[in-house]
Amino acid sequence: MWKNRTLLLMCMPAIIFFAIFAYLPMPGLYLAFVNYDYSLGIFDSAFVGLDNFRFLVMTGDLWKLTFNTIAYNLAFIVLGNFLQIAVAIMLNELTSKWFKKVSQTIMFLPHFISAVLIGLLAYNILSYDYGVLNSFLKMIGMDPVQTYSNPAIWPYIIVITFLWQSTGYGSIVYFAAIMGLDKSILEAAEIDGANAFQRIRHIIIPWLKPTFIILLLFSLGGVLKGNFGLFYNLVGANNTMLYPTTDIIETYVFRTLMTNFNFSLGSAVSLYQSVFGFLIVIIANWIVKKVSPENSLF
Amino acid sequence: MENTARRNIDFSTIIVRIIGYGFIGLFALCCLLPFVLIVSSSLSSEKAIMESGFALWPKEFSTFAYEIVFRNPKLVIGSYMVTMGITIVGTALGLFIVAMTGYALQRSDFLYRNKISFYIYFTTLFSGGLVPFYLLVTQYLDLKDNYLAVLLPGLLSPFLIIMMKAFTKSIPYEITESAKMDGAGDFTIFLRLILPMSTPALATIGLFIALGYWNEWYNSMLFLSPNMDYRPLQLFLYNVITSADFIRNSAAASNVAPQEIPLETMKMATAVVATGPVILFYPFIQKYFIQGITIGAVKG
Repeated sequence: MWKNRTLLLMCMPAIIFFAIFAYLPMPGLYLAFVNYDYSLGIFDSAFVGLDNFRFLVMTGDLWKLTFNTIAYNLAFIVLGNFLQIAVAIMLNELTSKWFKKVSQTIMFLPHFISAVLIGLLAYNILSYDYGVLNSFLKMIGMDPVQTYSNPAIWPYIIVITFLWQSTGYGSIVYFAAIMGLDKSILEAAEIDGANAFQRIRHIIIPWLKPTFIILLLFSLGGVLKGNFGLFYNLVGANNTMLYPTTDIIETYVFRTLMTNFNFSLGSAVSLYQSVFGFLIVIIANWIVKKVSPENSLF
Repeated sequence: MENTARRNIDFSTIIVRIIGYGFIGLFALCCLLPFVLIVSSSLSSEKAIMESGFALWPKEFSTFAYEIVFRNPKLVIGSYMVTMGITIVGTALGLFIVAMTGYALQRSDFLYRNKISFYIYFTTLFSGGLVPFYLLVTQYLDLKDNYLAVLLPGLLSPFLIIMMKAFTKSIPYEITESAKMDGAGDFTIFLRLILPMSTPALATIGLFIALGYWNEWYNSMLFLSPNMDYRPLQLFLYNVITSADFIRNSAAASNVAPQEIPLETMKMATAVVATGPVILFYPFIQKYFIQGITIGAVKG
């Protein structure tokens, strides 16, 4: 201990930080088992056991939230990786350095702005009265659509916005992986008469497979975590009409806290999310260990 | 080299290139157009928007929205000051702690490195959730309506510490060892030798932290109530976007008649004012981010 005292001291700010902002709230999950009374505090409120969970199951909220959260994340992961790989491969085929640089810079831009601004960008396009989408529909002689009261189209809007925002950023990892491919292999294939499609299909794509699998398994660990900023700013705070298709765990918990003041219910959902999320990470890590041991988390 | 490549071009390569240029060009355009749309809408007259909606080119050019935003510049400047203050202090402090922790945790002679690493990493696996966090900050730390509630939670993230660990691992241990022989303490080694040697890492991680603070709105929304005089930029923008009353109130303070307030164009103008400076910087710092992601992708 004495020998490492300086190094230990150097870690102290971080240790204290995580103790306060990450570990201290954990016992607060006890809220999930009480009927929270503001005047009594967390640990003196009446213990109600699993009643909060029972309520969530009976109202169907828990099932709906889990389904929405997982479905969105799977769509994000599958379509996101597909598009990122496609963009990375195409970037690699481009010969103009100038074009490559400029387009990469532009594709990276959406990742750089705040969630609030993304909400406004979407409003620019989707607003019923002034949105570009409806201007366009009117121009080609079609009826305008009521986007903000039509839950059925929101899964598409949210997924497209996510892809818009994340593809440029995410493709960099794949692009870097392609850069690491031994160019002589590609040259050899060309001499053997492989055309461009064959090169991509039989050399580049298999080369990206390990990267893809690792990224996939890592993102599976977060499958119960939502992208609060995106959903909240796109959908808006009080648009109850869209809840059936847009409500995820994070937005639900936020609402229990800020609008319904039902702290216990919010904590019950959080606890459910943390425990299941944790199990999924363990399972994902177990699979990583089988597939490529050197990339497992622990 | 150039010549052989040219000779080998066959039909399939041409097709792949056409698809590549077409798709990448189109996608890049899609990434750019919404920004053009906001700038154009902000420079349009409110009347033109009421009549024909937002457009990529202003039908009727007007800077009225900007005039109103800046007629009472106190609000915007105040927001800028708050965000800049939080960003500068938070980035400096956060970066220092992240660098220090990252360096200490990769030292192979540090006995507790695995235990502390897991202690930090575990917080990404399991968390108390929003409600206990909210109660902690508002009731136990008593930081409601305090800028510290925005500054403190954003200081460190496990991801950045792991990234820093990976970075400093590439600095040979012999440097640390020889400095030790010369009698330097661990902290002196970190400050005098390691920090100057890891400027690319510090730039990358610093940018991540700074951008996080600049775009921060979540903790602001949770912990800063609307009756604060100056709120961080993104919260200010959020209030402008979501509340017509908020625009009316701030416009009324600048002596604009209620019927004259251009609600829609003011949203856009505020967005441009709040985001513009970052976007201007963006092309210069983008390459550091690319560096950062690529390094972050290599496990530390």
